[in-house]
Parts: sequence; structure tokens; C-alpha cells
Amino acid sequence: MYIMIVGGGKTGYYLCRKLIALEHEVLMVEKRLDRCDEIREELGSVALCGDGSEISVLSKAGISRAEMLIAVTDEDEDNLAVCQIAKQKFKVPQVIAKINNPRNEHIFAKLGIDRSVNVAELVLERVELQLSSSTVVHLLSFPDSSLDIVFVRVTEGSGILDKSPKELSLPSGCLTCLFRIRGQGAGVLNQDTIFEVGDQLICSIPSGSMGEVRALLAGGQVTASND
Amino acid sequence: MKVFVIGCGRMGAELASRLDAEGHQVVIIDTDASSFDKLPSDFKGTTLLGDATDEEVLRKAGIADADGFVAITREDDKNAMTAQIAKEIFHIPRVLCRIYDPLREEFYKTLGLEGLSPTSIVANLLKEKLEQ
Repeated sequence: MYIMIVGGGKTGYYLCRKLIALEHEVLMVEKRLDRCDEIREELGSVALCGDGSEISVLSKAGISRAEMLIAVTDEDEDNLAVCQIAKQKFKVPQVIAKINNPRNEHIFAKLGIDRSVNVAELVLERVELQLSSSTVVHLLSFPDSSLDIVFVRVTEGSGILDKSPKELSLPSGCLTCLFRIRGQGAGVLNQDTIFEVGDQLICSIPSGSMGEVRALLAGGQVTASND
Repeated sequence: MKVFVIGCGRMGAELASRLDAEGHQVVIIDTDASSFDKLPSDFKGTTLLGDATDEEVLRKAGIADADGFVAITREDDKNAMTAQIAKEIFHIPRVLCRIYDPLREEFYKTLGLEGLSPTSIVANLLKEKLEQ
């Protein structure tokens, strides 16, 4: 697959290296000449020196035949511009933006860039997984799907304690427990299993219903939420 | 009229002081504190230090009831992004932005954004003058 990467910082460099190793055809567009030289020295002739939000630069880089474009500069406004141009003007099938300021995620989505990687949010999720006080942590979303995969920890006073998978539901849809980790063991859940303190679960939930899951685990009134 | 001006360079400062002199309520935002030195000493509008691509900065500055918005920093991408935030998130009635790159200006037009490219405007003017 021909993949274009805009931004030759640490993320761009790492992506480039990995994607080449996966045998993709990769071209990186980077503004700084010295950085381009460094990358060429390490990875071969994969870097084009230029401003990736210039339409002429993108054209020269062969964007019209790119199957994927990933914008990973440190400036959200540049990532947005590159992605909008790639998606709307050149109809690149897959466009992914790195988001540096977490507040910009919904702005990007509103402006048509719905596949983004919110770096601060990812770090937060990984930290939350390590905190015993967190009862639910978002793990994965999928393109073209309205389901999210979450991690759930059963604690004292949890609203699902002493219940079984079949007794769980959310206002906006199903809370399906896919997998349980209890002590050293792990396995697919039987619908009659009773949840115990210390259980760690992998569940699927309707997208945007994290608030409902949180309310359910807190043992409170569960109403449809929008987060 | 309440107008937001993003970027206090030469043109931003000139625009802000003209609007202010005509009695409009002006909020001018820039990331560089010294840029406000370009405003006249009798400027009555609000100067705000901050990054206008951050929605919260705009909200705190009172953008919700603004009538006009002009993005005129020296970076095209920043102008395009703030202008789109003003238009699509805050629904400001009149939104303009400066886009130096004529190709990009054309592209943003297809997204419904009103951009002005000083590059094409001045190049055209110079050409006309030459041909006179």
C-alpha cells in the first residue's frame, strides 16, 4: 500500500520505519531539510523536503495514488489542514490525524476528520489501566462500528457485584462481557457466572456510553448519557 | 459590532485599530505579548494573550455573541483552523481568513470558507499597474 506520512518528528520517523518493515511503500513529507537528511541517512530515500500542507508539495509527492495519509506533525492546525486537503481534494481513502491538544478531537470530527489519534487520551487510558481506583477504561474503538471495547474492574460496592452477565444492560444498548480475568486465570464468560470483587472484564458497549457504564458500576441510577 | 481579530501582526493590528476607531467592540488575540505593541496607545479594545486554535480560549474571550471573526496570523493552517472553529462550532455570522497560498485559498472555498489571498490580490494589482 502507498502510505504518505506528513511530519518527520519522532512519531513520523517511527511510523515510517515500522511501515517500511511491513513492506508498504512509504513517503514522508517533512519541512526541515536537516531532519529530512537524517531520515534519508537512516531509512533511505523516503523523505521529501517540503511543507505538507501545500497542495503543490502533496501533488508532487503523488498524493493522488496514496491509499492512506497520516498527519503527525506537532501542530494540530497543520494536521487538520493536511487531512482536509487529502480527504476532500485528493479523495485519499484513509486519512488519519494525530491530535496533540485533546480538546481538538471533536473539532476534527466536526470538520470531517473522524479518524484521529488523540495522544494525550491514549496515555491517560494506559495510566488509568494501572490505577486500581479506575473501574472502567476505554480500550478500543473500531472504524465504521458503533461499539467500543472497555476494561471493567469489579470493586467493593460495584453495581454489578453478585450479578451475572445476562443481568446487565444499558439504556443505550447491550453491555456484553466478552472475557474475564480472575487471579491468574482468564476465560470467556458463561452467562450465569456471578461477578466477584477483583474480577477484571473486557466488555463491549455502545459507543459513547462510558458515562452509563460508570453509573452502573457506581451502583447509581443509570440514564442514557452522551460522552 | 463585536469583532474577533486573530493575529496581531501588521495587518491584524491595522484592522483592529481601524475597527476600534469606528466604535466597534474589538477582541484581538495573539500568542506573542509584544505583538500588541503595534496597536495605537488609545486602542480601547481587548487584547488577549493565547492560542486561538484552542476553543476554550475563544469561549473565555466571549466569542459566543461575536458578529465577525477575522483570522489573520502569519500561518495559513492556523487561520483556516480558527476560522472553521468560529464558523462550524460557534456559528459566527461573518468569518474571514487570510490564506497566503492561492491554491489553498481555492480549496478552502470548496469547504465554504471565505478566504482572502493577499498573494493573488497583490499580484493582480501589480500586474494591472504594470499594464496601465
